[in-house]
Amino acid sequence: MNRWKYTTPLLLDNESTLTSEKNVRLYDGDQKTSFEGGELIITTHRILWGRPGAISKGQTCLALNLALIVYIEEESPSAFSFSRSRKVVLHLSEPTDYEQDRPQQTSIYNFIKLSFREGFNSNVTGILNDCIQRKHWEIFPQPTAAEPQKHAPQIKLRTGIVGIERSLQEKQKAADESISVAFQDLSKLMIMAKDMVQISRTISTKIKERQGDITEDETVRFKSYLLSLGIDDPVTRNSYKTDNQYYRSLAKQICDFLQSHIEEMGGMMALTDVFCRINRARGLELLSPEDILNACQIMESMELPLKLFEFSSGVRVLQLSTLDSESVAEATAILLDDKGSLSSEELAQALGISFTIAKERLLTAEKCGKSCRDDSIEGLRFYPNRFLAE
Amino acid sequence: MSETEVEWPWQYAFPPFFTLQPHPETRSKQVSAWKSLILEYCQKNKLFIIDVREAHQLPLFHNSAINRKLDPTVVVSILSELSKSGNAGALDKAKHRWEIYWHTLEEWAAMIYDHVCDNGMQNSVLTLFELSQGEDVQDKEFAGIHTDVLIKALRVLEGERKCELILSDEEQGVKFF
Repeated sequence: MNRWKYTTPLLLDNESTLTSEKNVRLYDGDQKTSFEGGELIITTHRILWGRPGAISKGQTCLALNLALIVYIEEESPSAFSFSRSRKVVLHLSEPTDYEQDRPQQTSIYNFIKLSFREGFNSNVTGILNDCIQRKHWEIFPQPTAAEPQKHAPQIKLRTGIVGIERSLQEKQKAADESISVAFQDLSKLMIMAKDMVQISRTISTKIKERQGDITEDETVRFKSYLLSLGIDDPVTRNSYKTDNQYYRSLAKQICDFLQSHIEEMGGMMALTDVFCRINRARGLELLSPEDILNACQIMESMELPLKLFEFSSGVRVLQLSTLDSESVAEATAILLDDKGSLSSEELAQALGISFTIAKERLLTAEKCGKSCRDDSIEGLRFYPNRFLAE
Repeated sequence: MSETEVEWPWQYAFPPFFTLQPHPETRSKQVSAWKSLILEYCQKNKLFIIDVREAHQLPLFHNSAINRKLDPTVVVSILSELSKSGNAGALDKAKHRWEIYWHTLEEWAAMIYDHVCDNGMQNSVLTLFELSQGEDVQDKEFAGIHTDVLIKALRVLEGERKCELILSDEEQGVKFF
């Protein structure tokens, strides 16, 4: 009986109840003890014995670690016994600790008996043998070792306003971190974009240097690539206090960027094309059509090399300020004389300009009496004005 | 009506000629070219009446070589221009049928009166048939003139008190003074 300890019937971590029996008497060796008629519970770790009702009330009970059990056998009932009582003999190893509270400090026996007065329903010996083999108590120490650290943060007591504030702060910090992780890629992209602009510049200067070496086709294609990258320090609304200042510098930047392109295209660019070109060059920090229009409108007053021009049809273009309708008509008339007749599509193709601008050019020429129209089911064509010429 | 070969002007082969030009200066040149072409064509073909609805059947308004037609509304506007100078007149309010006067009615009247004077036929009565189809007018400009046009020309003379029209059901004649 010196292996039994007094303890509370609370289950340990990982411990679970396997079976329970009633009306059980404990024997110390072959001797009956006063512990009789009690409740026996077999768990994965221990055998618990308590006075009837004590275990369910959480009162002190006796416990025997399964680790101490060496061998289990059932005592065969004697031939003279007519009772239903069955006895299980548990052979035990030497107890490891002596400090704890025990019902009996020493014992001459190395075994105990569990006497089930009314027999037992479940297979007690089978369950016990199974438990001893599984050794659940040996799995137990590992989680207990990790336990203190794991539970430490949860135990923090956060009470009052300070506690709530701190937890809010922590949440904010976590959100901040996840956001900055998300934008890390974008900032890298921005850094790379600057390099790309640099590279495109060097390529374009190289192209200019050896214009003869590369075929015309390649140059054109390269130029179209380079057009998509170009403004590395875009004017943004944020950096100006007033809209007026913003539009003025925007107008200047648009002129700087587009002047050479517009010169190449015969002096005119439709406002829609201007919008696309500018925004493509800016990449990020896109401009609204309204901002571009406002910037274009003040170009003439700023005496910039480009100006906004509106055809009578309502089509608006950005054109070189040196260009007037007279010279446009003149140039178109010369082309017409060369070709005999032109439709707007043909002119657009011939000059590499947009369809609307080509049409406007022909109409301008007509307005100046330099061309005349032929409107048939085949479409609108323009001819040199032979009515006035002859 | 037999087709007389007309010497087409360069404009006839110029596609824009068949589109009314919006530019005012160009348009006036174009319209005047049309006016003279119409008069010349009608004179050569002795064509006194043009029906705008059937204008496309005339090679005048339809150049099949370049596949261009003059729009009927444009035809009407050009004929209206012609009427201002007395070279055309609408026969109905809808302006579908037009008389073309390659010589104005006044010119016709003068020609006829000259012919009458030359032949000393004042104070005599001539039938309209004699005036347009008669043997002694075959070499005249007004030979084969459309009766309606002839009557209109004679009405001009009548206004000048140089003749009097006698228009009964059977006999259509004129007495010159």
